[in-house]
Amino acid sequence: MDLKQLYREIVNEHNLHPTHKHDLEDANLKLRGVNPSCGDDITLQLKVNDGIIEDGSFNGSGCAVSQASADMMLDLIIGKKEDEAKALADIFMRMIKGEATDEEIESLDEAAALQNVSHMPARVKCVQLGWRTFNEIIKDEAHEHEHNFEKDDDQD
Amino acid sequence: MSNDYIKDFPILQNREYIYFDTAATSQRPVQVMDAITEFYKKDNANPLRGLYEWSIAATEDYENARAKVASFINAKRASEIVFTRNTTESLNLIAYSWGRTNIRKDDEIVVAVSEHHSNILPWQMIARETGAKLVWLECDQAGVYSDEELSAKIGEKTKVVAIAQVSNVLGQPKPVKKIAEMAHKVGAVIVVDGAQSAPHMKVDVQDMDADFFVFSGHKMLGPMGIGVLYAKQELLEAMPPFLTGGEMIEYVTREDATYAEVPHKFEAGTVNAAGAVGLAAAIDYLQQVGFDYIEAREKELTAALLEEMKAIPEVEVYGSEDPAAHCGIVTFNIKDCHPHDVSSILDADHICIRAGHHCAQPLMQYMGVNATCRASLYFYNTLEEVHRFAESLKKVREELGYGS
Ligand SMILES: Cc1ncc(COP(=O)(O)O)c(C=O)c1O
Repeated sequence: MDLKQLYREIVNEHNLHPTHKHDLEDANLKLRGVNPSCGDDITLQLKVNDGIIEDGSFNGSGCAVSQASADMMLDLIIGKKEDEAKALADIFMRMIKGEATDEEIESLDEAAALQNVSHMPARVKCVQLGWRTFNEIIKDEAHEHEHNFEKDDDQD
Repeated sequence: MSNDYIKDFPILQNREYIYFDTAATSQRPVQVMDAITEFYKKDNANPLRGLYEWSIAATEDYENARAKVASFINAKRASEIVFTRNTTESLNLIAYSWGRTNIRKDDEIVVAVSEHHSNILPWQMIARETGAKLVWLECDQAGVYSDEELSAKIGEKTKVVAIAQVSNVLGQPKPVKKIAEMAHKVGAVIVVDGAQSAPHMKVDVQDMDADFFVFSGHKMLGPMGIGVLYAKQELLEAMPPFLTGGEMIEYVTREDATYAEVPHKFEAGTVNAAGAVGLAAAIDYLQQVGFDYIEAREKELTAALLEEMKAIPEVEVYGSEDPAAHCGIVTFNIKDCHPHDVSSILDADHICIRAGHHCAQPLMQYMGVNATCRASLYFYNTLEEVHRFAESLKKVREELGYGS
């Protein structure tokens, strides 16, 4: 799939008409993830009970790729067990690095289309933002803080 | 409009691609590549060290390049030219060596808000270390610093004024001669970042009376990895070395060393002679093209670009209305579209632009944006490319799913 096709067929829809972009009143996990250099900025909100992600949402702003990727992630993980979701996030991160098998990638459903982005180093941070924020939220079961994902700044 | 120079640029022979990112790094003509290859083929040896023919030839090539750079910016002496890796290293050298020695607590370091991070971070570091204060010059929408602003900020406590002659975001040549005069009146020095001016206009460091003037070879047709620090001889002589080691000494004992004369005092270790030779070839090439032609061509291209962009309702262009004031740099945004997405869509059409904060975050904050797109032109671009770029730009919103 070429890049314009990726936007047209997948990214634009999730960016312009996201299913999960809103606040979640009864969220018990909340974490902000930021790519300061380009201004991608999302707050991931999850409602997790007995190890199951019962509901989830995000809010914020940023490039189409960052927003669409977060929306697709939520499509995938809502209703899943925490462990399953973690495994999927792991596959996603490996897919972007070019290290996941075809079979693994298939398990990501629509998010699998984002593997094209692995050829574009400049967009990797955008596509990963939601997933990295998810990894952090699960790791520290953190409440209401912020994660800055950019230690490596870009050049001009 | 024909362009006789494109034929000299191997990478530009692929006419499918449009290179509008010269402000990040220019392309290089074959003459520059050949000069570098010739150096390695014919004269290669460690310059300044050997006592045999090849080393002497390498030394000559290197020192001839220095003399060429000196005349390119009209420095009084070749010894006022120090070779570095790039603008960033030149600015760090100034801050570490001159700044640490001369700046004290409560002194003021005046920095323009439109500076590249390379002309901000070294001064932040000096301010933190010494307790000196950073004072910001604020510009208007077009990137102009008013006389009132300059005289309000440059005062008795000012030790140094750090400003780019041309901003890498807004273009807009600064009246550095006037600013130098104001700095000198209060006993301060002026550091002029010429990274975006040296490629586009005739520079005369004596006329502008710059104390320091720095630029990068790679933005003006030269190779990557060679940069220039110009400083007045008396400043260089009084400054302590930046890096120490081989090549920069006169005499070393177990406890102590005396340093070589300037400029060698600032060029520790094996130098980038091939880079200097490449830069000299780039200067030859630029002088043969001529800055009159370069400026006229950039103005023509920029005027056409601005006109085409103005006709697209959702495009906002930053900076001056005057095409000549852009120095080939056109920074813009498209309504609702993140610059990274814009750049990706244009990339799919083989158009290379820059998107992001352009290493000028204080300016971005001042402009009230997180990021922007930047198209930057040079004399090797064409009107046809400008037109193709505009045609692609028109389609970006649609490609991103907005109306159609
Ligand atoms: C105005 C300005 N200053 C400094 C720099 C840094 O140059 P370099 O990366 O070659 O050190 C640049 C280029 O990115 C620039 O445009």
